[in-house]
Amino acid sequence: MAAAATISPPCALLSYQGLRGALVSTRTFQSAKNQRQCGRAVAAPISAKFDLKPPPYPLDALEPHMSRDTISYHWGKHHRGYVENLNMQIVGTDLDGMSLEDIIILSYNKGDILPSFNNAAQIWNHDFFWESMVPNGGGKPSGDLLELIERDFGSFEKFSAKFRSAASTQFGSGWVWLAYKANRLNVGNAINPRPSDEDKKLVVVKSPNAVNPLVWDYLPLLTIDLWEHAYDLDYQSRQADYVSMFMEKLVSWETVSARLEMAKAQVAEREREEEKRKYEEDNESSSNEAAEMYLDSGTEDSEAE
Amino acid sequence: MATATVAATAPLSNGFLLRRGPNEGAKSARGLQWTKNHRQSPSSRRFGAAVITAKFDLKPPPYPLNALEPHMSANTLSFHWGKHHRAYVDNLNKQIVGTELEAKSLEDIVIQTYNNGDLLPPFNNAAQIWNHDFFWESMKPGGGGKPSGELLKLIERDFGSFEKLCEELRAAAATQFGSGWAWLAFNPRPSDGKELLVVKSPNAVNPLVLGYIPLLTIDVWENRRPDYISIFMEKLVSWDAVSAKLEVAKAQAA
Repeated sequence: MAAAATISPPCALLSYQGLRGALVSTRTFQSAKNQRQCGRAVAAPISAKFDLKPPPYPLDALEPHMSRDTISYHWGKHHRGYVENLNMQIVGTDLDGMSLEDIIILSYNKGDILPSFNNAAQIWNHDFFWESMVPNGGGKPSGDLLELIERDFGSFEKFSAKFRSAASTQFGSGWVWLAYKANRLNVGNAINPRPSDEDKKLVVVKSPNAVNPLVWDYLPLLTIDLWEHAYDLDYQSRQADYVSMFMEKLVSWETVSARLEMAKAQVAEREREEEKRKYEEDNESSSNEAAEMYLDSGTEDSEAE
Repeated sequence: MATATVAATAPLSNGFLLRRGPNEGAKSARGLQWTKNHRQSPSSRRFGAAVITAKFDLKPPPYPLNALEPHMSANTLSFHWGKHHRAYVDNLNKQIVGTELEAKSLEDIVIQTYNNGDLLPPFNNAAQIWNHDFFWESMKPGGGGKPSGELLKLIERDFGSFEKLCEELRAAAATQFGSGWAWLAFNPRPSDGKELLVVKSPNAVNPLVLGYIPLLTIDVWENRRPDYISIFMEKLVSWDAVSAKLEVAKAQAA
């Protein structure tokens, strides 16, 4: 059972240096909470708060494909609700002051989600969703993105079919994603749902409720919201029409391309850091050997050569 | 009293299989048509050579589609029942044709395909048919008000008061994240003596899989209106139907 959220005074905040590269085990998080035996809550400090980010276009800009009423309700009520609820949940806890992504990864808790997960993830998902669309969007991707799509799916049409098929088979509320999968094996925080695929590949994945690919250490590139409230005003139960319209008229391939560049850069950076770390470890052990050599050099026959 | 959540991965607690659920008596009303020739070869079944197969019908709500106005519009009912509910029926019929599930009751299919939480493909369709049939029956025109008689007695015994039950139902409905259902259910083998309990469940899951007997349900696949739950409780719920289901449940448990 998920632990109930506790409000405790923010003493001895642990510093997290971004959880993406070095996922903190959930045990660390919990023992930190237990260790903080600080005194009573003091007068409400000015705490870090999340804002409700507006879509990068006016609310009626996606008409007639997505109505102003839908966006007004979807963003103005649902998305706003998640923001307000998360802010209330984190005030005075050690989640206060953490980035949204860090809160998501921590509170995912290997699938045994903690109370702040749904709100935090839904904020992130919706920010990402609005940014995935653009007035007069749709069409086809180009450049690097198109190349990778063709490499990993065979063709743009095959990718498109896969995306739509994932949407039609996501039962209940959830999301479908195009993501860049660059991790290996299991990540400390979650079970990788595709442990046998190769690295550095584009994949289509679907997720239930508030879950998103960040928890699997994938890099999301595009998403479509399949919660009914995203389409039922405009499409009633015709989800397939909604998904088609999204692909043909709304997707911002430019944004997806930009995200792909960032993803590749992040992955390259992470690899460089890993190599550096390995190099330093190797050097450390060889410099230890060197020290021993010199210590023994008093003897006639030195083993080292 | 804590609200139980039926998670999709929850193991069954009491050797499950309440084979005679509340709809058992209604089996014939479903219009199950048995395969004319059970001994047909698999290949002809597969290619659908004019076989009359057991199939489920889309049962209409027990009132006209506009009967719940203004609280639930004819429009809503029309596509909730006419499209979603109908689609589940059509899809299940396609899924079970030529399989051993074809001859089973809906409840048996639900329980079998729940498969201890590792859902088999027909589960979502079968359970959603069952859930929706049950949901329409949980409402009536001019509904709401308070329960009475034996039902009220049990509610007061197990929740303290009718008001407390309402609070728990509302809380369950409001906190089921994503898609799901909130239920009042009867536990035939309670370890704490409380036969009535409030349960919430995600997606298509329902209390049958926990061995409980559902008495009432609210569909919370996304509330569109903040007062939907209130309206349901105050204007739509059919306490008569709930009382009748309680009688059946007690008779089965005895």
